[in-house]
Amino acid sequence: MISTPATVADDNVLLRTTGLTRHFRLGGLLSRRMLHAVDDLDMVIHEREIVALVGESGSGKTTVARLLAMIYPPTRGDILYRGRSVHKLHSRKDVLWYRGEVPMVFQDPYSAMNPVFRVAHGVMRNLKLHRRDLDGAQQREEAERVFDIVGLNPAADMLRKFPYEMSGGQRQRVGFAQALAVRPKLILADEPVSMLDVSIRAGILNMMARLRAEEETSILYITHDIASARYVADRIIVMYAGHAVEQGPTEVVLSRPKHPYTRLLLSAVPDPREKAVPVSADSGEPPRVIDPGEGCRFRQRCPYAIDKCATVTPLPRPMGPAHDAACHVAVPDVVDGDEAGTAGEWRRTPAPADQSLFG
Amino acid sequence: MPEPLLEVENLSVSYLTDTADIRAVEKVNLSVQAGEFLGIVGESGCGKSTLLFAIAQLLSPPAEVTSGRVVFRGQDLVRLTDNELRLVRWRDYSVVMQSAMNALNPMKSIGAQFKDTMRAHERVSANAIRTRSAEVLHLVGIDATHLESYPHQLSGGMRQRAMIAMALLFTPQLVIMDEPTSALDVVAQRSLMTQIKELQQKLGFAVMFVTHDMSVIANYSDRLMVMYAGQVAEIGATRSIFERPLHPYSKGLLDAFPSVRGPRRPLTGIPGSPPDLGRPPTGCRFHPRCSEVMTQCLTTEPELFSVEATEVRCLLYADSAEPAVAR
Repeated sequence: MISTPATVADDNVLLRTTGLTRHFRLGGLLSRRMLHAVDDLDMVIHEREIVALVGESGSGKTTVARLLAMIYPPTRGDILYRGRSVHKLHSRKDVLWYRGEVPMVFQDPYSAMNPVFRVAHGVMRNLKLHRRDLDGAQQREEAERVFDIVGLNPAADMLRKFPYEMSGGQRQRVGFAQALAVRPKLILADEPVSMLDVSIRAGILNMMARLRAEEETSILYITHDIASARYVADRIIVMYAGHAVEQGPTEVVLSRPKHPYTRLLLSAVPDPREKAVPVSADSGEPPRVIDPGEGCRFRQRCPYAIDKCATVTPLPRPMGPAHDAACHVAVPDVVDGDEAGTAGEWRRTPAPADQSLFG
Repeated sequence: MPEPLLEVENLSVSYLTDTADIRAVEKVNLSVQAGEFLGIVGESGCGKSTLLFAIAQLLSPPAEVTSGRVVFRGQDLVRLTDNELRLVRWRDYSVVMQSAMNALNPMKSIGAQFKDTMRAHERVSANAIRTRSAEVLHLVGIDATHLESYPHQLSGGMRQRAMIAMALLFTPQLVIMDEPTSALDVVAQRSLMTQIKELQQKLGFAVMFVTHDMSVIANYSDRLMVMYAGQVAEIGATRSIFERPLHPYSKGLLDAFPSVRGPRRPLTGIPGSPPDLGRPPTGCRFHPRCSEVMTQCLTTEPELFSVEATEVRCLLYADSAEPAVAR
């Protein structure tokens, strides 16, 4: 079965990226134009932690998910999963092991399933591939168990349905059930609720919180909706144009955002409880990062930009405990005694006090 | 009160199939005043897009208006022939579709599509087309050089703006919008909404805006209509519905999205899914999902009751209110 990792990971870090970079070549064979989808991303995901990766379309957040899912190799940098370098996994056994521990749930539940098969097909396939220790009857039982966990009951009936017989919310639950069937340690959820109606999003978000509590999985929750990130995530990483511009504990980042882009994102969230319409002159155009030079990529939209922003790329700086921002202008919180954490070294965030909320 | 710009009376739309008659819109009454912003919210499958299409007379078989009238500036659009409609459509009212990526022709430049649109509804000179196209693009904050651009060269937000520009080529009095912001990110969404509101105030057209996300229009619409299973569940002033939602469904929609401010509260969403409109539930159509369901909800179909200035289709208000008089 699963071999013990060669190097034991420190404390409870599950996955760590160092300088993770992915470029895509644009244009014809001889073209030298490079699209910088992700540049120098350092992040950490701990066991039983929900991390939200927040950004606009084009910010590189889906590329990160695909790099972690081994869909394509990084241009530079490394992904360490439990201390093992992911792109050095070559044997079928190792690759299966990693894919089983880190499955992905896709954005569009309408196109992620084969319409000619019953929904049991995907779950059973995963079980046959990754859970060979179980016999047929046990696999069937396991399929029913994961359907129950994601709230598709009665599971036996639900397994017999075709995708077209299910609503979007139910299909997305099937996506999570497929991931759960392989006993994952980390689920990569790429915008799992953005295609769903607002009224059923809450159910999926609550389910994600329950998976963490009951199945002890970590989740990388990729979204452009910072409000839903706040609802489920322990930590938030804000991406802009391929750079992680700010990361830290959810409540800290949202209550004391340091990067001007995080502030812009927060101000754009519609809040019906608020009466006045906040004025934003920003056109909301994310840049295409083709052959970028030095400098902050947010500077053209930034109201606080200084000369230095055009010449020096800001690196993540500590802003408070486990809180970093990549901005020349941001002012760190004053932390007495304890020096703020260094960039890239993320301490485990204490679980939010109101976690019991999710039962 | 002045004569409304648009008056929808008792409008019903069915999708006629061999096996069933699916009533996607049932006996909807509503009116839009000149210059008003009316928001329409509901889940997918509640009939909100069908309603818009019925009003714009864009339905195609098997959908059919089975009863009712759509009176726009004194004319019943349901009765007009195609040729008569051509004179009204786009000149007096226009439509902005949900997905700009699919609604724009990928093979034609923005300018060519503007030209087609203008030629279809008016005899105009090439010069006038060029001037007007540049004007409307400028209105939505896009540089006129993008008339040469093809849709794939524009970002999602710009494509959606170009769609709005196209809707403003003539100066319509009513612009019908079907979820124009749902494919956009929050920042682009906020900026587009602000722009729509500014244009509306500047040019004075009325807007009917459909969305499934109530929070999007909270700060922009004057009146709000909540649709459920093809019917009006609640209609009233936006502020009053947000502050004091009457229908349990409206309450559910309002509690469905998390907030970035204030304390973190558990969200319940709305359990279950919208009913099959071929076989709607007996009594109140919302009763299988309702948190405040009573025994009579299973058998009695509620009418619209007036509670102050709001109309609500819920038996909770049967005693305290008079049934709203059908217009």
